[in-house]
Amino acid sequence: MSTNIPENDFELRSLDATCLNESELVHPYWYNLKYLIVGIVFGIVFVKAEIISWFRIQEMFRLQSFHMYGVIGSAVVVGAISVFLIKKFKIKTIYGEPIHFEVKTFNIGQVYGGLLFGLGWAITGACPGPLFAQIGTGITVTIVTLLSAIAGTWVYGLVRNKIPH
Amino acid sequence: MMDWIKQPWPWYVAGPLIGLTVPALLLIGNKRFGISSSLRHICAACFPANIHYFKYDWKKEIWNLFFVGGIFLGGLIAAQLLANPQPIQVNSALVSELKGYGISDYSKLIPTEIFNWESLLHIKGWLLMVFGGFLVGFGTRYAGGCTSGHSITGLSNLQWPSLVATICFMAGGFIMANLILPIILR
Repeated sequence: MSTNIPENDFELRSLDATCLNESELVHPYWYNLKYLIVGIVFGIVFVKAEIISWFRIQEMFRLQSFHMYGVIGSAVVVGAISVFLIKKFKIKTIYGEPIHFEVKTFNIGQVYGGLLFGLGWAITGACPGPLFAQIGTGITVTIVTLLSAIAGTWVYGLVRNKIPH
Repeated sequence: MMDWIKQPWPWYVAGPLIGLTVPALLLIGNKRFGISSSLRHICAACFPANIHYFKYDWKKEIWNLFFVGGIFLGGLIAAQLLANPQPIQVNSALVSELKGYGISDYSKLIPTEIFNWESLLHIKGWLLMVFGGFLVGFGTRYAGGCTSGHSITGLSNLQWPSLVATICFMAGGFIMANLILPIILR
């Protein structure tokens, strides 16, 4: 992240899911292969539990199946227990770095952006993760949806100073 | 064993495995689980266009691109080696509703009758893929995260703004699936 972003910029790093807790350590690129492996396991789960299925997303938004609620709900429970244990026992990373958790601040973008994403989620039947997995399963036309999502992100970057946060 | 793996996995297997991604990424490198940021990093890497929002050292976030590359490969492996040969089983009410829109092929995880290259020539396919994809990319960044960053990571850390975001994701989804999508598909 460049250092020239002013302190009063509303897009603080804390608004981003990934830009926190960033390790201060510098590693060779192949250290990143461990994230590739976590991604592979995650992608297989996505396909096998049919989370990447447009049909399952339609069921969820019509309250016709418990499946997706069970997936997200149990993921949150396991995630919350993990975070609690990491905090309670001050567990460090495998490199011995302490793990910090930052507080998210509210801005109205979470409402407007959340609604817009929800609309898109129900049309495409995919949030960003499943887009990558769908392409992997051979559904090549999802490349169009992914490119369009990248375009949407780009346009957000272009207009973000002009929309309410 | 292999037969069991090839079946669709129940929620109580998949959900906890997804939840474990949160501590796994924290423990192996202090990374916070989130996927939609990868779209921003792709913009920053490929088309920064002198936009302030994309002027940062994306190479420091390259782990995220390895992670989504892994999701792609996971999809490839699951489809090639672990695929379920049966059509997807969904609620019969959804089957009869979709039948009214001419959707009856359940052999793939998405309805190939409406999601295909030819349908991009029509307004319906364009709305489903191009417009829908745009909303996903714009909305997630505006909200500061998607299902992974807010609904799983944020809720796991008991962050109320993530709960607000999650409620809005669901509200948008309910509105689209029940009120707008039937008009698009008709």
